[in-house]
Amino acid sequence: MTDAAELRSLTRKLLAEHPPATTGRTDFLKARFDAGLAWVHYPAGLGGLDAPRSLQAVVDAELTAAGAPDNDPRRIGIGLGMAAPTILRYGTQEQKERFLRPLWVGEEVWCQLFSEPGAGSDLAALGTRAVRDGDSASGDWIVNGQKVWTSSAHVARWAILIARTDPDLPKHRGISYFLCDMTDPGVEVRPLRQITGEAEFNEVFLTDVRIPDAHRLGEIGDGWKVAQTTLMNERVSIGGARLPREGGMIGTVARTWRERPELRTHELRQRLLTLWVEAEVARLTAERLRQQLVAGQPGPEGSGMKLAFARLNQEISGLEVELLGEEGLLYSDWTMRRPELVDFTGRDAGYRYLRAKGNSIEGGTSEVLLNIVAERVLGLPSEPRNDKDVAWKDLAR
Amino acid sequence: MTDASPDLLYSDTEDDLRAAVRSLLTDRADVPAALILAEAGDPYDAELWTSLAAGIGASGLLVPEKLGGQGAGHREAAVVLEELGRAVTAAPYLTSSVVATETLLACDGESTESTDVAGLLTALAHGHRVAVLAVPLSTAPDGPLPAGAGTVTGVADAVRADVLLVVRHDGLYAVETASPGVTVEPLTPLDLTRPLAAVTVDPAAGIRIAEAPAAQAAVRRGLLAGAGLLASEQLGIAEWCLEETVRHTRERKQFNRPIGSFQALKHRMAQLWLEVVSARATARNAADALATGSPEAPLAVALAQAYCGRVAVHAAEECVQLHGGIGMTWEHPAHLYLKRAKSDEIAFGSKGRHQETLAALVDLPGPR
Repeated sequence: MTDAAELRSLTRKLLAEHPPATTGRTDFLKARFDAGLAWVHYPAGLGGLDAPRSLQAVVDAELTAAGAPDNDPRRIGIGLGMAAPTILRYGTQEQKERFLRPLWVGEEVWCQLFSEPGAGSDLAALGTRAVRDGDSASGDWIVNGQKVWTSSAHVARWAILIARTDPDLPKHRGISYFLCDMTDPGVEVRPLRQITGEAEFNEVFLTDVRIPDAHRLGEIGDGWKVAQTTLMNERVSIGGARLPREGGMIGTVARTWRERPELRTHELRQRLLTLWVEAEVARLTAERLRQQLVAGQPGPEGSGMKLAFARLNQEISGLEVELLGEEGLLYSDWTMRRPELVDFTGRDAGYRYLRAKGNSIEGGTSEVLLNIVAERVLGLPSEPRNDKDVAWKDLAR
Repeated sequence: MTDASPDLLYSDTEDDLRAAVRSLLTDRADVPAALILAEAGDPYDAELWTSLAAGIGASGLLVPEKLGGQGAGHREAAVVLEELGRAVTAAPYLTSSVVATETLLACDGESTESTDVAGLLTALAHGHRVAVLAVPLSTAPDGPLPAGAGTVTGVADAVRADVLLVVRHDGLYAVETASPGVTVEPLTPLDLTRPLAAVTVDPAAGIRIAEAPAAQAAVRRGLLAGAGLLASEQLGIAEWCLEETVRHTRERKQFNRPIGSFQALKHRMAQLWLEVVSARATARNAADALATGSPEAPLAVALAQAYCGRVAVHAAEECVQLHGGIGMTWEHPAHLYLKRAKSDEIAFGSKGRHQETLAALVDLPGPR
């Protein structure tokens, strides 16, 4: 077992052999990956050393102190948070060796082709089709369909994709999971402008996109099971950011409150105090969840944190617009842009208020998450369902 | 986790303590009998108290070993209170083993040789005697204290107390309840499991155990511990209400299906679950801050009291509603939790009072 002292010494060796001051950023990141110091809990040879996940902090502290460049995790969040854990769990050795290194280094950005116009909360009803090409010796798949809400599609090199491979089976059983080349000529990315004025998301049209069978992840028909790994990681990463007190949106409002006494009213103050309490409670709840994970007692609280985070962001940003009064009537800029990064807390109060509306929709709506908590955590029975044993092609749509 | 982070988990020792208390409370749980006793004004189970205090040693958790206690702390006492809340037990634990004990420990600071205080602490630790601070249950840690002579109303567990700790202008006094000049007049409480009384004490009665202003500081410390650990009782109440509601709605069938399968109901329970896990983190944070003597303890306690009371009341109200008609009956225990939760919302200061304390601590002033 690799311990903290050994990791520290390996990190210093990396820094000695590739001094950040004289090494190019990408070269340094590649060397770090090859030394097993990218994500220490990953297997040896794939950027890790099979070490406990908690020891990553030891490596990160050494690297930060030495001024080493990082891989800009915000820019490649979908790859790191969703594609990588899924490839690690279900990929072949060839797939892991091909994809994980450029993903982690940031040379290849990933996006996620899951949701469709007709398959949102009911994702398993998706209709994008993948058909085996009879003429192809290698057994290529030909994919046709439309995906939506795809952040980073306009900068992505690869996509994780789920598509229907057998319409005669019930919906959960006829899906397969693919790694899709976004430079294929059949992939068309169109910006999807949202209520903030920007287009952080895209629509992706897939027309006769050719995917080699070697880029299938998991068995044919096992796509739903594989996708669960992706989705669980998405919710953990959305709800799990560690913050200091007043580190989130509440901090912005509290600062305005302190600096601008002329804006204060009694009614706003009661709401502010209640939200301050709830934000601090949510922070402690997330901290307790982290302590459980470190102690090896993972709790089900993770599913709940995204619910709390969504509601609080919406209420706090709404309060902020009201607090600003006359300024709350203004908006920074409606110019249509295609940002590379998702930004929940930036820009002005109006932007934050509008962007926060997505927090209870993206990554599983709050209503679906409440179902998940009720059924998987509390053990309450599910609603009666009439779609479980019906062939996908016979479902109402 | 940095060194400064509070420990929000439960240790193995705390889990063992919880198991012992739960087992005792489960063995002695008899709601119909308890209700009859409670209506008669004496809900206390003497044998249960002996087992909890002397058998498990719960009453001495805050008391150092040299004074006959367990030398444990607030984190452990919080676990006991979670269990007492879960079982809505009538016992003078919060009043005697936490508030009065903490107040006496604060008095003991400069005069460790004070045999009066030390002797009383030993008796409280063993559970042989019960002491309560003669202030209204609604008194916040930074709230106004009784001025001295006259009647103090709303004193919790006074009917069960052997000793009253009485605040006067010139200090804190210990007064034997049985001594002449002491009247304890039972009141009719909303929460039958925590009896209240109006207490009148002759100004000449008792012995002085702390001089002002040390007395004031000691009383405030006792009330701060009480308010902080009340959050754990509230967590226990909420936890029981949620578990019982989930159990009921899984079994109860209407429209040919368990009512817990309807999203209109399950979403309410999932929401409650989120509140309960949040209350747990907040209550643990308060208990840990008190245990470590953190300078942030007043903030942690105010936060816990600004949040956890509402969660317990919400859980109890949902418990009544989602049980339908049965939840409205005297026979079903839901009303005991509702009454305890609603009373606890006022105990040791209201949510609004604690929010103001918090606002002062984190600099969120009102309009000019």
